[in-house]
Amino acid sequence: MERIPILKLKNFLIISIQTDIHDMIIKILQEDILNKIIETHARGVLIDVSALDIMDSFMARTLRDSAIMAGLIGAKVVVTGIQPAVAITLIELGLKMNQVYTANNLDHGFEILNELITEEDFKNKL
Amino acid sequence: MMQTVTIQDEGDIVEARRVVRDFAKEMGFGIVDQTKIATATSELARNIFRYAGKGLVELQDVLSPHGMRAIFSDEGPGIENVSLAMQEGFTTTQGSLGLGLPGTQRLVDEMKIESTPGKGTKVIIFKKMP
Ligand SMILES: Nc1ncnc2c1ncn2[C@@H]1O[C@H](COP(=O)(O)OP(=O)(O)OP(=O)(O)O)[C@@H](O)[C@H]1O
Ligand SMILES: [Mg+2]
Repeated sequence: MERIPILKLKNFLIISIQTDIHDMIIKILQEDILNKIIETHARGVLIDVSALDIMDSFMARTLRDSAIMAGLIGAKVVVTGIQPAVAITLIELGLKMNQVYTANNLDHGFEILNELITEEDFKNKL
Repeated sequence: MMQTVTIQDEGDIVEARRVVRDFAKEMGFGIVDQTKIATATSELARNIFRYAGKGLVELQDVLSPHGMRAIFSDEGPGIENVSLAMQEGFTTTQGSLGLGLPGTQRLVDEMKIESTPGKGTKVIIFKKMP
């Protein structure tokens, strides 16, 4: 079964979903992300979806759940590059991604992750 | 213009949304409408795969009123109570949101469900050409 690669860069994991994929592969990715967070102690995860021209309720829900689960084991997730047509469609479909941090590109996603982690470190010091 | 896609495994859901997008693009729909029709297809094709195991998607280029029609039919268990199934949050799958049917209705201009318990289900959607 094909698998989506997860790259590690410093404290971060980076995933780029390059093509439209089926349900099983996205489920495997969800598991892989969680395992990799534990294995590498990553504190942030960037998931880039800019190449995706469709995101249905299953994929959006799985991404959202992944972000929530990652949060529970100590990593922040930012989803980057949701195409405008995809965003419009998700809203009409009725899927709320409001628990998930989003950014329009990887650079911005990185900034958000860094801010979130600095903020967390600050809180932990108090 | 007419085209069909058979749904019998998970990969066919991906195939169906790709074929539907190409069909919509070919007809002249804009990018947002293409995405809406492809997403609606994904939801309905997944329902076929999940609840009926297999089925068929049929695409039609309708002249009057000008638009695209997609018919999703299966010979699965059918839907006991269609108006209940159309309600947001109604699901018979644990962990699901029951968003597929009501969400799909918001993405298209018309949607009709014909279902006979024990016989099967037919969902017809229509998107008007703007
Ligand atoms: N083709 C079908 N054959 C039989 N039952 C169906 C079919 N499509 C939908 N249903 C029934 O209607 C219910 C609602 O469908 P809907 O797509 O709205 O939600 P869901 O599939 O349960 O969840 P979601 O789509 O959010 O993952 C389903 O739980 C199922 O019981
Ligand atoms: Mg469904």
